[in-house]
Amino acid sequence: MSTDAVLYDHPGPRARARNRILTVAFGVLLLALLFWIYRKFEEKGQWAATLWEPFTKSSTWTDYIWPGFKNTLAAAAVAMVLSLVFGVLFAVGRLSDHWWLRVPSGVVVEFFRAVPLLLLMFFIFFGIPFVTEKPMPNFWAVVIALTLYNGSVLAEAFRAGVRAVPIGQSEAAYAIGMRKGQVMGQILIPQAARAMLPVIVSQLVVLVKDTALGYIISYNELLQLGVNNLAANFGNVIQAAIVAAIIYIAINATLTAVAGWLARRTRRSGRAPRATTTGPAVLTGAGGEPGAGA
Amino acid sequence: MDVFSDPTNRDVYVTGFLWILKLTAASSVFALVIGTALAAMRVSPVPVLRAFGTAWVNIFRNTPLTLIIFFCYFGLYSTLGFTASDNLELNNYWLGVIGLSVYTAAFVCEAIRSGINTVPAGQAEAARAIGMTFRQTLTMIVLPQAGRAVIAPLGSIFIALSKNATIVGTIGLAESSNAMKDLINSNGNAVFQIFFVFAGTFAVVLIPTGYGFGWLANRLAVKR
Repeated sequence: MSTDAVLYDHPGPRARARNRILTVAFGVLLLALLFWIYRKFEEKGQWAATLWEPFTKSSTWTDYIWPGFKNTLAAAAVAMVLSLVFGVLFAVGRLSDHWWLRVPSGVVVEFFRAVPLLLLMFFIFFGIPFVTEKPMPNFWAVVIALTLYNGSVLAEAFRAGVRAVPIGQSEAAYAIGMRKGQVMGQILIPQAARAMLPVIVSQLVVLVKDTALGYIISYNELLQLGVNNLAANFGNVIQAAIVAAIIYIAINATLTAVAGWLARRTRRSGRAPRATTTGPAVLTGAGGEPGAGA
Repeated sequence: MDVFSDPTNRDVYVTGFLWILKLTAASSVFALVIGTALAAMRVSPVPVLRAFGTAWVNIFRNTPLTLIIFFCYFGLYSTLGFTASDNLELNNYWLGVIGLSVYTAAFVCEAIRSGINTVPAGQAEAARAIGMTFRQTLTMIVLPQAGRAVIAPLGSIFIALSKNATIVGTIGLAESSNAMKDLINSNGNAVFQIFFVFAGTFAVVLIPTGYGFGWLANRLAVKR
């Protein structure tokens, strides 16, 4: 249902007047809020040029923000590749005919989906060194934790995708004499991956955001370098946080747009099976616009 | 040998999970209220309200929660002098609740909006045909049906919220992940036991909760 057209009638003179009053009332409220924030900033001297000036100097960008941005992307990229591999392996494991493969895969996936990412990261960073007696590099603590969590989420997405492929596809493949592994690898996974592409890209948004947890175990990513360290030198926490937030929003809005574009593209060609997942990934944008009018 | 037979350690464990419980309880109520209001704004006939809802969702959904919590503490509290309570611990708690609610509300809003999209257009058209206003159509016809369609997504949002509550540990609340870190650092010989007790508690509570929401969603689904 395309909401903007269906929920209310085309406004008549009275409805237009009412909408105008609401617009003005809410607009005034909003402006009052913005003004209050402005005054609060002024009261605490947050508009002082010295606090904003660092962002006009190139050294701020080359010494803090750019290295942090690169480390954020590096952790996200490595974790994404690893969690895709993890996801495919455990999805296939969970769909296996053998209980000794199916049950452990299910336990692993369910467990890592239920454990908070920070708890996992703390265990890897602070706990594992007690066992191995070697310090754990914080890059790998971030990447391993992200892989275990996002890999488990993707495993569920892939499983839903494989199950959404019409049964005739695997029946036809068996009929021409393919083996179980060939049916999975050559028929089901490629179709599932295509249907799940928007979900995978949406999960990438989750992953980019979660790299910020690396700040807590002092991995030098955007929040650590671009906000914490920068603010330690210039005393401009609020300003640095705003700039960092804008960068995160820009990355993630781009990824969300890509997910939406992929979803529309897949739907239009109509060849890939429709599939939905129950994972949290559904929430990120791609599923937000059902194509009722198309 | 057994870490959790020591009453001090058991205390650390219990306190940690009590904080998670309190954070989840307060934030889920606020997030649900704010999120529903935002969803109503996003489908309303007034452009300013729609723009406000869209801006909120795009800003908070795309910012890492760690940054939001960080901002609540260092920006809102340290720099701008906003205090929620004189008690330092309670102040951190409320700052955490603000961050979690503001962030989760964006997801609740999107879930409810996609729930509204599952209601067939005929329902709203029929409501308008018998002369219902926008508010009546939304609260009496569309939202009740949408609410039943979004139980499963809302369930996974609240489960994510309870896991995200651990991030409030960043600003010094002794919730479960900080509790686990402290226990690991003082009991290096039992790291696996400590991890499996903490992680197991989350798994034992959250996995059945997830299935519970799935069952509820099936039971309450609108038959079409």
